[in-house]
Amino acid sequence: MEIKTTNLQKAYRKNYAIQDFTLDLEGEKIIGLLGKNGAGKTTFMRMLAGHFQPTNGQLTINGQTPFNHYDVTKNICLVMESNNFNNKFRVKDILEISAKFYPNWDHEYAERLRQVFRLKEKQKIKTLSKGMYSALGIIVGLSSHAPITIFDEPYIGLDASFRSTFYDLLLESYQKNPRLIILSTHLIDEVSNLFEEVVIMQEGKLLLHDTVDHLASKHLVLSGNKEKIDQLTNGLDILHQSSMLGQKTVVLYDELVEETDGVDVSKSTLQELFVYLTKEEVNTHA
Amino acid sequence: MTERLQEDKPIFQQIAEMVETNIVEGELVANDKIPSTNEFAKHYQINPATAAKGINLLVDQEIIFKKRGIGMFVSENAKEIVLHKRKERFYDQYVKPMLQEASRIELTTEQLTEWIKEDYQNGN
Repeated sequence: MEIKTTNLQKAYRKNYAIQDFTLDLEGEKIIGLLGKNGAGKTTFMRMLAGHFQPTNGQLTINGQTPFNHYDVTKNICLVMESNNFNNKFRVKDILEISAKFYPNWDHEYAERLRQVFRLKEKQKIKTLSKGMYSALGIIVGLSSHAPITIFDEPYIGLDASFRSTFYDLLLESYQKNPRLIILSTHLIDEVSNLFEEVVIMQEGKLLLHDTVDHLASKHLVLSGNKEKIDQLTNGLDILHQSSMLGQKTVVLYDELVEETDGVDVSKSTLQELFVYLTKEEVNTHA
Repeated sequence: MTERLQEDKPIFQQIAEMVETNIVEGELVANDKIPSTNEFAKHYQINPATAAKGINLLVDQEIIFKKRGIGMFVSENAKEIVLHKRKERFYDQYVKPMLQEASRIELTTEQLTEWIKEDYQNGN
């Protein structure tokens, strides 16, 4: 599957949720979609699923626009953090409706997952706890076997143990049925090892799209004696720095340092990098 | 293989090093089958592509070899290759940082060598 957006825009009245957003995603990969609140992630994912039309620009999936186009949207399963299902239905109904909508639906798998998450067939959606509601979304997403499966913060209310179960299931499902999986999350530390690629959005635009490996090799954390660090990084573009008691730590992105003798060289986690790249500094004027 | 992953090192490298350590310690010997990409991915909750990258690192160094359709196996002289490589890295990875810390805390060379000799005699 190939997702292509060119100068994509989406405005709600005069506010742009997405602006000049250009991105290509393809292949059978697990991709992390990251961004601060309000970065435009959900708007982008909902446009992928054909929920509404772009205000401007192009968005195509295998060359076709998803909006109002069942031939495209039957291949896309979007699980959101809420409002996935009508409250009037029961668990059983949701699974039956999903089976009709998604051509690759795996009935046996859905049944197995329903038992893993201990959902009762006859339970009404209205009476599900937040965690169990999320579990139902996860069941639908995984069982859809949709060539593009998208999870937008799919685990609100789900405890750490069930979240870990979800990661196991996601990998299992991906290995059995390789496809393009997009996972949007704020719990980066928990899932960063699952990603092959990462997309970071900021203020409706693309900030970065890269493989996790490349991102890891592209940055460097140096720490040690402040003077020594300052001398080594003089004139370089520093992504983040902090110092304390004569010691200093700097994070370099896309910079080359040849000599690192006498200082500590390490790597940041994806979550730390994300924070360094997107954080608003709090300026306090004493 | 129950070692945990560390955060400050690329995962694929850690996967490769874990297999290497098993080979050096004799847990894995020539012609033993190593876990598949999917097994690594599942065990460590990592992307299968990452696991594959680690395994390919070992294939490239001829530490393991691929039997098409069957799996990955430890090669005949895997242990030699790993030992050779690790010995070459030993100075940079262990001796140099140790000497740096020793000089920082003003340890004498005599004290250091004495410890090393003692430990070696005690069979460590």
